[in-house]
Amino acid sequence: MKMQLIQPFISAADSVLATALQGPTTIGDLTMERDDYQRKGCAVRIAIHGEIEGRIILDMTPDTALRVAGALTGEEVEESEQLVAETVFELANMIIGNAVTLLNDQGYQFKVLPPEKHPDEKSAANKAETEETAIYFDTACGRIFLDISMRYNLRSRAEHVPALSD
Amino acid sequence: MKPFTPLTRKQDSQPVRYLVVDDSVFARKNLAKMINAFGGEVAGEAGDGCTAITEYARTKPDIVLMDITMPQMEGIEAVERIVRQHPDARIVMVSSVGYQDNILAALQKGARHFVQKPVKPDVLYEIIRYVLSDEDAQGHSQAPATVGEARS
Repeated sequence: MKMQLIQPFISAADSVLATALQGPTTIGDLTMERDDYQRKGCAVRIAIHGEIEGRIILDMTPDTALRVAGALTGEEVEESEQLVAETVFELANMIIGNAVTLLNDQGYQFKVLPPEKHPDEKSAANKAETEETAIYFDTACGRIFLDISMRYNLRSRAEHVPALSD
Repeated sequence: MKPFTPLTRKQDSQPVRYLVVDDSVFARKNLAKMINAFGGEVAGEAGDGCTAITEYARTKPDIVLMDITMPQMEGIEAVERIVRQHPDARIVMVSSVGYQDNILAALQKGARHFVQKPVKPDVLYEIIRYVLSDEDAQGHSQAPATVGEARS
């Protein structure tokens, strides 16, 4: 997988987490995965279609999500499944939105589908042409996982980019 | 959150009234907290563009904080419709998606400014202060460089 496609998501996550959680973040090791994604807790999946396509999963334990919710709202929060889910959705939206901004300003055209809860313990098998890049961020609220599977859609890109002439 | 000098309406020194439009309850709550810190009050809330239009007509807010990506009707279309009916509407876009095309589209439809999520309270405060200012049309007040700051 091209680092140009991954880097905007890592940069966006680092920036958003530092700003939203108002504390330092440490970026963990980046690993290339071939196995199906193993959900850690509450995971949200966002799909992208266009000149680049794939999906991003943001994942964290319910305890971490509650601490994130507390940091985002600046107040004590009561434990609830809905709050946990909404926290992960909101954080995913901010990270993906910021990454999309970076990629779009680089000239890529694509559509971001609405986030959905990652339903299974494992992601659907789609490993024919893609591999996953997994990374985590250690924050004051706990560890937050990001799993990126992305590739260029050359056919779509060719439809939008005029052919170069000699 | 650090204390801010309260922002008031120039005509009657009353608290600034806001309409907060975002499909995320979480985001609305977060913005409401900032509004409170700015000395303002939430006049209404909406979770989509359609509701924003009716809520604007009902509440006549001083400032609208408008998300872009929402169900039913997106924020940019809602801006266009609100400004068509209420040319004096002061709308600030608040979105995590802040690429140039999106910002330009919102400004062309009548939005006054743009803030990228996650929102920094001091950035939003400066933008609201600027948008509320009557001096901006006369060029006496300097616009905050919000897009760049918000992205940094």
